[in-house]
Amino acid sequence: MRVNEHPILNFEKGNKVMFYYNGQQLEGFTGETIAAALHANGVRAMRESIHLHRPRGLFCNIGNCSSCLMMVNGKPNVRVCVEKLEEGMMVETQQGKGELK
Amino acid sequence: MRQTEVCIIGGGPAGLTAALKAAGLGAEVTLIDRNDYLGGQLIKQTHRFFGSKEQRASERGINIARELAEAVEKEDKITVLTKAAALSYYKDGVVMVKQNERIIKIKPQKLIVATGGSEKNLMFPNNDLPGVYGAGAVQTLVNVYGVKPGRKVLMVGAGNIGVIVSYQLLQAGVDVVGIIEAAPKIGAYWVHASKVVRAGVPIYASHTIKRAWGEKEVAGATIMKLDEKWQPVPGTEKELDVDVICLSVGLSPLTELLWQAGCKMEFIPELGGHVPVRNEDLETSQPGIYIAGDAAGIEEASAAMMEGALAGLNAAEAMGYKVSDFKEQKEVVMKELNGLRSGPVGEKIRKGLAKAIS
Repeated sequence: MRVNEHPILNFEKGNKVMFYYNGQQLEGFTGETIAAALHANGVRAMRESIHLHRPRGLFCNIGNCSSCLMMVNGKPNVRVCVEKLEEGMMVETQQGKGELK
Repeated sequence: MRQTEVCIIGGGPAGLTAALKAAGLGAEVTLIDRNDYLGGQLIKQTHRFFGSKEQRASERGINIARELAEAVEKEDKITVLTKAAALSYYKDGVVMVKQNERIIKIKPQKLIVATGGSEKNLMFPNNDLPGVYGAGAVQTLVNVYGVKPGRKVLMVGAGNIGVIVSYQLLQAGVDVVGIIEAAPKIGAYWVHASKVVRAGVPIYASHTIKRAWGEKEVAGATIMKLDEKWQPVPGTEKELDVDVICLSVGLSPLTELLWQAGCKMEFIPELGGHVPVRNEDLETSQPGIYIAGDAAGIEEASAAMMEGALAGLNAAEAMGYKVSDFKEQKEVVMKELNGLRSGPVGEKIRKGLAKAIS
Protein backbone atom coordinates (compact mmCIF):
# COMPACT_ATOMS: atom_id res chain seq x y z
CA MET A 1 0.00 0.00 0.00
CA ARG A 2 1.26 3.43 -0.90
CA VAL A 3 0.76 6.69 0.95
CA ASN A 4 -1.49 8.80 -1.24
CA GLU A 5 -1.68 12.04 0.66
CA HIS A 6 0.78 13.51 3.12
CA PRO A 7 0.71 16.87 4.93
CA ILE A 8 4.49 17.47 4.68
CA LEU A 9 6.03 15.16 2.13
CA ASN A 10 5.82 14.86 -1.63
CA PHE A 11 6.91 11.46 -2.80
CA GLU A 12 8.63 11.83 -6.12
CA LYS A 13 8.39 8.51 -7.85
CA GLY A 14 10.94 7.33 -10.39
CA ASN A 15 10.07 5.46 -13.55
CA LYS A 16 7.57 2.65 -13.39
CA VAL A 17 9.30 -0.73 -13.74
CA MET A 18 8.24 -4.37 -13.79
CA PHE A 19 9.94 -6.96 -11.64
CA TYR A 20 9.29 -10.54 -10.60
CA TYR A 21 8.67 -11.89 -7.12
CA ASN A 22 8.90 -15.70 -7.11
CA GLY A 23 7.87 -15.62 -10.74
CA GLN A 24 4.92 -13.27 -10.22
CA GLN A 25 5.09 -10.03 -12.16
CA LEU A 26 4.81 -6.92 -9.98
CA GLU A 27 5.14 -3.18 -10.47
CA GLY A 28 7.44 -0.76 -8.70
CA PHE A 29 9.43 2.42 -9.26
CA THR A 30 13.08 3.19 -9.77
CA GLY A 31 14.62 4.97 -6.81
CA GLU A 32 12.86 2.78 -4.29
CA THR A 33 14.28 -0.28 -2.60
CA ILE A 34 13.18 -3.80 -3.45
CA ALA A 35 11.72 -4.10 0.06
CA ALA A 36 9.66 -0.93 -0.40
CA ALA A 37 8.33 -2.14 -3.75
CA LEU A 38 7.41 -5.52 -2.26
CA HIS A 39 5.60 -3.83 0.64
CA ALA A 40 3.74 -1.59 -1.79
CA ASN A 41 2.48 -4.82 -3.38
CA GLY A 42 1.48 -6.26 -0.01
CA VAL A 43 4.42 -8.69 0.23
CA ARG A 44 5.90 -8.57 3.74
CA ALA A 45 7.64 -11.95 4.05
CA MET A 46 11.18 -11.56 2.73
CA ARG A 47 13.06 -14.67 3.75
CA GLU A 48 12.76 -18.01 5.53
CA SER A 49 14.67 -18.81 8.71
CA ILE A 50 17.41 -21.37 8.07
CA HIS A 51 16.47 -24.05 10.61
CA LEU A 52 12.75 -23.75 11.38
CA HIS A 53 11.76 -22.30 7.99
CA ARG A 54 9.72 -19.57 9.61
CA PRO A 55 8.87 -16.54 7.50
CA ARG A 56 10.94 -13.46 8.25
CA GLY A 57 10.25 -9.88 7.25
CA LEU A 58 11.88 -6.52 7.28
CA PHE A 59 13.20 -5.47 10.67
CA CYS A 60 15.66 -2.56 10.57
CA ASN A 61 15.23 -1.42 6.95
CA ILE A 62 18.65 0.28 6.86
CA GLY A 63 21.00 -2.60 6.15
CA ASN A 64 21.98 -3.62 9.68
CA CYS A 65 20.08 -6.74 10.65
CA SER A 66 20.02 -9.29 7.77
CA SER A 67 16.36 -10.12 8.33
CA CYS A 68 15.48 -9.33 4.69
CA LEU A 69 18.06 -11.33 2.73
CA MET A 70 16.70 -12.53 -0.64
CA MET A 71 17.89 -13.90 -3.95
CA VAL A 72 18.11 -11.17 -6.56
CA ASN A 73 18.92 -12.09 -10.15
CA GLY A 74 20.29 -15.38 -8.84
CA LYS A 75 22.57 -13.75 -6.26
CA PRO A 76 21.87 -14.84 -2.66
CA ASN A 77 21.97 -12.81 0.56
CA VAL A 78 21.00 -9.47 -0.96
CA ARG A 79 19.76 -6.99 1.63
CA VAL A 80 16.60 -5.93 -0.17
CA CYS A 81 16.04 -3.06 2.28
CA VAL A 82 18.97 -1.15 0.76
CA GLU A 83 19.15 -2.60 -2.77
CA LYS A 84 17.41 -0.40 -5.32
CA LEU A 85 14.79 -1.82 -7.67
CA GLU A 86 15.61 -2.19 -11.36
CA GLU A 87 13.58 -3.12 -14.42
CA GLY A 88 13.16 -6.87 -14.85
CA MET A 89 14.72 -7.88 -11.53
CA MET A 90 14.10 -11.46 -10.44
CA VAL A 91 13.48 -11.42 -6.71
CA GLU A 92 13.08 -14.76 -4.97
CA THR A 93 12.65 -16.14 -1.47
CA GLN A 94 15.97 -17.66 -0.54
CA GLN A 95 16.20 -21.26 0.66
CA GLY A 96 18.87 -21.84 3.27
CA LYS A 97 22.11 -19.88 3.32
CA GLY A 98 22.35 -19.51 -0.45
CA GLU A 99 25.18 -20.66 -2.66
CA LEU A 100 27.79 -18.41 -4.18
CA LYS A 101 28.49 -19.11 -7.80
CA MET B 1 46.40 2.78 -0.85
CA ARG B 2 44.75 6.12 -0.32
CA GLN B 3 46.29 8.51 2.17
CA THR B 4 44.10 11.02 3.96
CA GLU B 5 44.48 13.29 6.96
CA VAL B 6 41.10 12.65 8.57
CA CYS B 7 38.89 9.73 7.61
CA ILE B 8 35.31 9.83 8.84
CA ILE B 9 33.18 6.71 8.77
CA GLY B 10 29.48 7.52 8.59
CA GLY B 11 27.74 10.37 6.79
CA GLY B 12 24.93 10.98 9.28
CA PRO B 13 24.52 14.07 11.47
CA ALA B 14 27.70 13.35 13.45
CA GLY B 15 29.92 12.47 10.49
CA LEU B 16 28.78 15.37 8.30
CA THR B 17 29.34 17.92 11.06
CA ALA B 18 32.71 16.40 11.89
CA ALA B 19 33.75 16.66 8.24
CA LEU B 20 32.74 20.32 8.01
CA LYS B 21 34.56 21.29 11.19
CA ALA B 22 37.74 19.38 10.39
CA ALA B 23 37.84 20.81 6.87
CA GLY B 24 37.06 24.24 8.30
CA LEU B 25 40.31 24.10 10.24
CA GLY B 26 42.15 23.14 7.06
CA ALA B 27 42.36 19.37 7.28
CA GLU B 28 41.91 17.20 4.22
CA VAL B 29 38.99 14.84 4.89
CA THR B 30 37.69 11.61 3.39
CA LEU B 31 34.10 10.89 4.37
CA ILE B 32 32.73 7.45 3.66
CA ASP B 33 29.18 6.15 3.89
CA ARG B 34 27.65 2.81 2.94
CA ASN B 35 24.50 4.41 1.53
CA ASP B 36 24.09 6.08 -1.85
CA TYR B 37 23.20 9.36 -0.15
CA LEU B 38 24.45 11.48 2.75
CA GLY B 39 22.42 12.37 5.82
CA GLY B 40 22.07 9.02 7.58
CA GLN B 41 18.83 8.61 9.47
CA LEU B 42 18.11 12.35 9.38
CA ILE B 43 16.55 11.85 5.96
CA LYS B 44 13.44 10.33 7.53
CA GLN B 45 13.03 12.77 10.43
CA THR B 46 10.12 14.90 9.28
CA HIS B 47 9.48 16.41 12.71
CA ARG B 48 10.85 19.74 13.84
CA PHE B 49 13.80 19.65 16.20
CA PHE B 50 13.81 21.77 19.28
CA GLY B 51 16.24 23.34 21.67
CA SER B 52 18.05 26.56 20.93
CA LYS B 53 18.52 28.29 17.60
CA GLU B 54 22.12 27.03 17.41
CA GLN B 55 20.73 23.52 17.69
CA ARG B 56 18.64 24.19 14.57
CA ALA B 57 15.43 24.28 16.58
CA SER B 58 12.16 24.19 14.63
CA GLU B 59 13.94 22.88 11.55
CA ARG B 60 12.88 19.50 10.23
CA GLY B 61 15.51 16.76 10.22
CA ILE B 62 15.09 16.19 6.48
CA ASN B 63 16.06 19.82 5.79
CA ILE B 64 19.04 19.69 8.15
CA ALA B 65 20.26 16.61 6.29
CA ARG B 66 20.01 18.41 2.96
CA GLU B 67 21.82 21.51 4.21
CA LEU B 68 24.67 19.55 5.79
CA ALA B 69 25.08 17.30 2.77
CA GLU B 70 25.17 20.26 0.38
CA ALA B 71 27.75 22.05 2.52
CA VAL B 72 29.93 18.93 2.60
CA GLU B 73 29.70 18.42 -1.15
CA LYS B 74 30.66 22.06 -1.74
CA GLU B 75 33.76 21.85 0.45
CA ASP B 76 36.89 21.22 -1.65
CA LYS B 77 38.80 19.71 1.23
CA ILE B 78 36.27 16.90 1.68
CA THR B 79 36.27 13.82 -0.55
CA VAL B 80 32.99 11.94 -0.28
CA LEU B 81 32.76 8.22 -0.96
CA THR B 82 29.19 6.92 -0.99
CA LYS B 83 28.06 3.31 -1.44
CA ALA B 84 31.26 2.65 0.46
CA ALA B 85 31.10 0.30 3.44
CA ALA B 86 33.92 0.22 5.98
CA LEU B 87 34.56 -3.49 6.41
CA SER B 88 37.48 -3.58 8.79
CA TYR B 89 40.26 -1.78 10.59
CA TYR B 90 43.79 -3.15 10.68
CA LYS B 91 46.57 -2.89 13.22
CA ASP B 92 48.67 -0.73 10.90
CA GLY B 93 45.88 1.85 10.86
CA VAL B 94 44.38 0.89 7.51
CA VAL B 95 40.62 1.03 6.94
CA MET B 96 39.35 -1.42 4.37
CA VAL B 97 36.38 -0.16 2.37
CA LYS B 98 34.17 -1.88 -0.18
CA GLN B 99 32.80 0.34 -2.91
CA ASN B 100 31.10 -0.91 -6.07
CA GLU B 101 32.38 -4.45 -5.51
CA ARG B 102 35.96 -3.14 -5.23
CA ILE B 103 38.21 -2.92 -2.21
CA ILE B 104 39.78 0.41 -1.31
CA LYS B 105 42.40 0.75 1.40
CA ILE B 106 42.51 4.04 3.25
CA LYS B 107 45.31 5.07 5.58
CA PRO B 108 44.19 8.07 7.63
CA GLN B 109 46.20 9.99 10.16
CA LYS B 110 43.10 10.48 12.29
CA LEU B 111 39.93 8.41 12.24
CA ILE B 112 36.48 9.51 13.37
CA VAL B 113 33.98 6.69 13.81
CA ALA B 114 30.42 7.96 13.46
CA THR B 115 28.66 4.75 12.52
CA GLY B 116 25.42 5.35 14.43
CA GLY B 117 23.25 2.75 16.10
CA SER B 118 20.94 -0.16 15.40
CA GLU B 119 17.49 -0.85 16.72
CA LYS B 120 16.97 -3.26 19.59
CA ASN B 121 14.58 -6.18 19.51
CA LEU B 122 12.33 -7.43 22.29
CA MET B 123 11.69 -11.00 23.42
CA PHE B 124 8.14 -12.35 23.07
CA PRO B 125 6.59 -15.32 21.25
CA ASN B 126 6.34 -14.71 17.49
CA ASN B 127 8.60 -11.65 17.59
CA ASP B 128 10.18 -12.93 14.36
CA LEU B 129 7.01 -12.77 12.26
CA PRO B 130 6.86 -10.46 9.27
CA GLY B 131 4.97 -7.41 10.51
CA VAL B 132 7.21 -6.91 13.57
CA TYR B 133 9.42 -3.95 12.70
CA GLY B 134 11.80 -1.59 14.37
CA ALA B 135 10.11 1.80 14.65
CA GLY B 136 12.88 3.35 12.56
CA ALA B 137 12.28 0.76 9.85
CA VAL B 138 8.68 1.84 9.56
CA GLN B 139 9.73 5.48 9.59
CA THR B 140 12.02 4.81 6.61
CA LEU B 141 9.32 2.92 4.75
CA VAL B 142 6.69 5.60 5.26
CA ASN B 143 8.69 8.85 5.14
CA VAL B 144 11.36 7.98 2.56
CA TYR B 145 9.47 5.64 0.23
CA GLY B 146 5.83 6.57 0.88
CA VAL B 147 4.86 2.96 1.51
CA LYS B 148 2.69 1.73 4.38
CA PRO B 149 3.80 -1.19 6.56
CA GLY B 150 0.19 -2.37 7.08
CA ARG B 151 -3.15 -1.04 8.28
CA LYS B 152 -3.22 -1.14 12.08
CA VAL B 153 -0.21 -0.57 14.29
CA LEU B 154 0.68 -1.37 17.88
CA MET B 155 3.64 0.78 18.98
CA VAL B 156 5.77 -0.72 21.75
CA GLY B 157 7.59 2.03 23.66
CA ALA B 158 6.48 5.57 24.43
CA GLY B 159 9.87 7.26 24.25
CA ASN B 160 10.48 10.03 21.73
CA ILE B 161 10.95 7.68 18.78
CA GLY B 162 7.82 5.62 19.54
CA VAL B 163 5.64 8.66 19.92
CA ILE B 164 7.09 10.59 16.96
CA VAL B 165 6.83 7.61 14.61
CA SER B 166 3.24 7.00 15.79
CA TYR B 167 2.37 10.56 14.83
CA GLN B 168 4.13 10.20 11.48
CA LEU B 169 2.16 7.00 10.80
CA LEU B 170 -1.06 8.93 11.42
CA GLN B 171 0.15 11.63 9.01
CA ALA B 172 0.62 8.92 6.38
CA GLY B 173 -2.90 7.61 6.92
CA VAL B 174 -2.01 4.52 8.94
CA ASP B 175 -4.12 3.70 12.01
CA VAL B 176 -2.23 3.49 15.32
CA VAL B 177 -4.33 1.33 17.64
CA GLY B 178 -2.28 2.08 20.74
CA ILE B 179 1.11 2.78 22.26
CA ILE B 180 2.28 0.67 25.19
CA GLU B 181 5.04 1.57 27.62
CA ALA B 182 6.49 -0.74 30.29
CA ALA B 183 7.47 2.17 32.54
CA PRO B 184 4.76 3.83 34.61
CA LYS B 185 5.43 7.13 32.81
CA ILE B 186 5.71 8.26 29.19
CA GLY B 187 9.34 8.82 28.28
CA ALA B 188 8.76 11.16 25.33
CA TYR B 189 8.80 14.95 25.51
CA TRP B 190 5.27 16.08 26.23
CA VAL B 191 5.24 18.21 23.07
CA HIS B 192 5.35 15.02 21.01
CA ALA B 193 3.19 12.83 23.27
CA SER B 194 0.34 15.32 23.49
CA LYS B 195 0.03 15.37 19.68
CA VAL B 196 -0.77 11.65 19.46
CA VAL B 197 -3.01 11.80 22.51
CA ARG B 198 -4.94 14.68 20.92
CA ALA B 199 -5.28 12.56 17.78
CA GLY B 200 -7.02 9.94 19.88
CA VAL B 201 -4.27 7.31 20.21
CA PRO B 202 -4.37 5.65 23.65
CA ILE B 203 -1.06 5.35 25.51
CA TYR B 204 -1.02 2.44 27.97
CA ALA B 205 1.64 2.99 30.64
CA SER B 206 2.82 -0.01 32.72
CA HIS B 207 1.96 -2.37 29.87
CA THR B 208 3.99 -4.89 27.93
CA ILE B 209 3.44 -7.14 24.92
CA LYS B 210 2.78 -10.76 25.89
CA ARG B 211 2.85 -12.21 22.39
CA ALA B 212 2.15 -11.67 18.73
CA TRP B 213 -0.34 -13.78 16.83
CA GLY B 214 -0.29 -15.00 13.26
CA GLU B 215 0.93 -17.81 11.02
CA LYS B 216 2.75 -16.18 8.14
CA GLU B 217 2.42 -12.56 9.25
CA VAL B 218 1.34 -10.60 12.30
CA ALA B 219 -2.42 -10.88 12.73
CA GLY B 220 -2.79 -9.64 16.30
CA ALA B 221 -1.11 -8.99 19.63
CA THR B 222 -1.83 -9.56 23.30
CA ILE B 223 -0.77 -6.86 25.73
CA MET B 224 -0.94 -6.95 29.51
CA LYS B 225 -0.44 -4.78 32.54
CA LEU B 226 2.71 -4.72 34.64
CA ASP B 227 2.72 -4.22 38.41
CA GLU B 228 5.06 -1.86 40.24
CA LYS B 229 7.74 -4.57 40.19
CA TRP B 230 7.44 -4.81 36.38
CA GLN B 231 5.78 -8.24 36.63
CA PRO B 232 2.81 -9.11 34.37
CA VAL B 233 -0.54 -9.03 36.16
CA PRO B 234 -2.56 -12.19 35.31
CA GLY B 235 -6.04 -11.54 34.02
CA THR B 236 -5.18 -8.16 32.48
CA GLU B 237 -4.53 -9.52 28.97
CA LYS B 238 -6.04 -7.52 26.16
CA GLU B 239 -6.21 -8.64 22.54
CA LEU B 240 -5.48 -6.08 19.86
CA ASP B 241 -6.43 -6.40 16.20
CA VAL B 242 -3.21 -5.25 14.55
CA ASP B 243 -1.11 -6.30 11.57
CA VAL B 244 1.95 -4.24 12.48
CA ILE B 245 3.95 -4.28 15.71
CA CYS B 246 6.53 -1.53 15.92
CA LEU B 247 9.33 -1.88 18.44
CA SER B 248 10.65 1.35 19.81
CA VAL B 249 12.68 -0.09 22.65
CA GLY B 250 15.99 1.64 22.21
CA LEU B 251 19.11 1.37 20.12
CA SER B 252 22.59 -0.08 20.46
CA PRO B 253 25.75 1.71 19.33
CA LEU B 254 27.34 0.22 16.18
CA THR B 255 30.84 -0.35 17.44
CA GLU B 256 32.29 -3.30 15.50
CA LEU B 257 35.14 -1.25 14.02
CA LEU B 258 36.02 0.14 17.43
CA TRP B 259 36.19 -3.35 18.93
CA GLN B 260 38.37 -4.39 16.03
CA ALA B 261 40.65 -1.41 16.55
CA GLY B 262 41.19 -2.56 20.13
CA CYS B 263 39.54 0.45 21.76
CA LYS B 264 38.78 -0.06 25.43
CA MET B 265 35.05 -0.78 25.66
CA GLU B 266 32.69 -0.56 28.61
CA PHE B 267 29.11 -1.82 29.03
CA ILE B 268 27.09 1.27 29.96
CA PRO B 269 23.32 0.67 29.84
CA GLU B 270 22.58 4.43 30.00
CA LEU B 271 24.38 4.83 26.65
CA GLY B 272 22.71 1.83 25.00
CA GLY B 273 25.24 -0.96 25.54
CA HIS B 274 28.95 -1.38 24.89
CA VAL B 275 30.62 1.94 24.13
CA PRO B 276 34.23 3.01 23.81
CA VAL B 277 35.87 4.71 26.78
CA ARG B 278 36.87 8.21 25.67
CA ASN B 279 38.45 11.39 26.95
CA GLU B 280 36.88 14.87 26.96
CA ASP B 281 38.08 15.35 23.37
CA LEU B 282 36.11 12.25 22.21
CA GLU B 283 39.34 10.36 21.56
CA THR B 284 39.19 6.65 22.40
CA SER B 285 41.88 4.63 24.21
CA GLN B 286 43.50 4.18 20.78
CA PRO B 287 45.29 7.46 20.03
CA GLY B 288 44.00 9.10 16.88
CA ILE B 289 40.64 7.27 16.86
CA TYR B 290 37.74 9.56 17.72
CA ILE B 291 34.02 8.88 18.12
CA ALA B 292 30.87 10.92 17.67
CA GLY B 293 27.11 10.41 17.66
CA ASP B 294 25.21 7.23 18.48
CA ALA B 295 28.33 5.08 18.10
CA ALA B 296 29.64 6.89 21.18
CA GLY B 297 26.38 6.41 23.09
CA ILE B 298 22.74 6.59 22.05
CA GLU B 299 21.44 10.14 22.18
CA GLU B 300 19.55 12.34 19.76
CA ALA B 301 20.56 13.88 16.45
CA SER B 302 21.20 17.33 17.94
CA ALA B 303 23.76 15.84 20.32
CA ALA B 304 25.27 13.84 17.47
CA MET B 305 25.87 17.02 15.47
CA MET B 306 27.59 18.70 18.41
CA GLU B 307 29.75 15.68 19.15
CA GLY B 308 30.62 15.56 15.47
CA ALA B 309 31.67 19.19 15.63
CA LEU B 310 33.89 18.52 18.64
CA ALA B 311 35.45 15.39 17.17
CA GLY B 312 36.13 17.21 13.89
CA LEU B 313 37.73 20.18 15.63
CA ASN B 314 39.84 17.99 17.93
CA ALA B 315 41.04 15.65 15.19
CA ALA B 316 42.08 18.55 12.95
CA GLU B 317 43.78 20.37 15.80
CA ALA B 318 45.68 17.20 16.72
CA MET B 319 46.85 17.10 13.07
CA GLY B 320 48.47 20.45 13.69
CA TYR B 321 45.88 22.76 12.15
CA LYS B 322 45.50 25.91 14.21
CA VAL B 323 42.98 28.71 14.06
CA SER B 324 42.95 31.70 16.36
CA ASP B 325 39.42 31.10 17.60
CA PHE B 326 39.79 27.36 18.19
CA LYS B 327 39.09 27.64 21.91
CA GLU B 328 36.02 29.80 21.33
CA GLN B 329 34.65 27.44 18.67
CA LYS B 330 34.98 24.53 21.06
CA GLU B 331 33.47 26.40 23.97
CA VAL B 332 30.41 27.35 21.97
CA VAL B 333 29.74 23.70 21.08
CA MET B 334 30.47 22.48 24.62
CA LYS B 335 28.05 25.02 26.04
CA GLU B 336 25.32 23.92 23.64
CA LEU B 337 25.95 20.26 24.36
CA ASN B 338 25.89 20.78 28.13
CA GLY B 339 22.67 22.74 27.76
CA LEU B 340 21.09 19.91 25.81
CA ARG B 341 22.13 17.39 28.45
CA SER B 342 21.04 19.52 31.40
CA GLY B 343 17.92 19.06 33.53
CA PRO B 344 15.98 15.88 34.29
CA VAL B 345 15.82 14.82 30.61
CA GLY B 346 19.60 14.58 30.39
CA GLU B 347 20.08 12.77 33.67
CA LYS B 348 20.52 9.32 32.14
CA ILE B 349 23.05 10.57 29.58
CA ARG B 350 25.04 12.45 32.23
CA LYS B 351 25.17 9.32 34.37
CA GLY B 352 26.32 7.23 31.40
CA LEU B 353 28.94 9.73 30.27
CA ALA B 354 30.38 9.97 33.79
CA LYS B 355 31.21 6.27 33.45
CA ALA B 356 32.49 6.52 29.88
CA ILE B 357 34.90 9.43 30.19
CA SER B 358 38.30 8.66 31.63
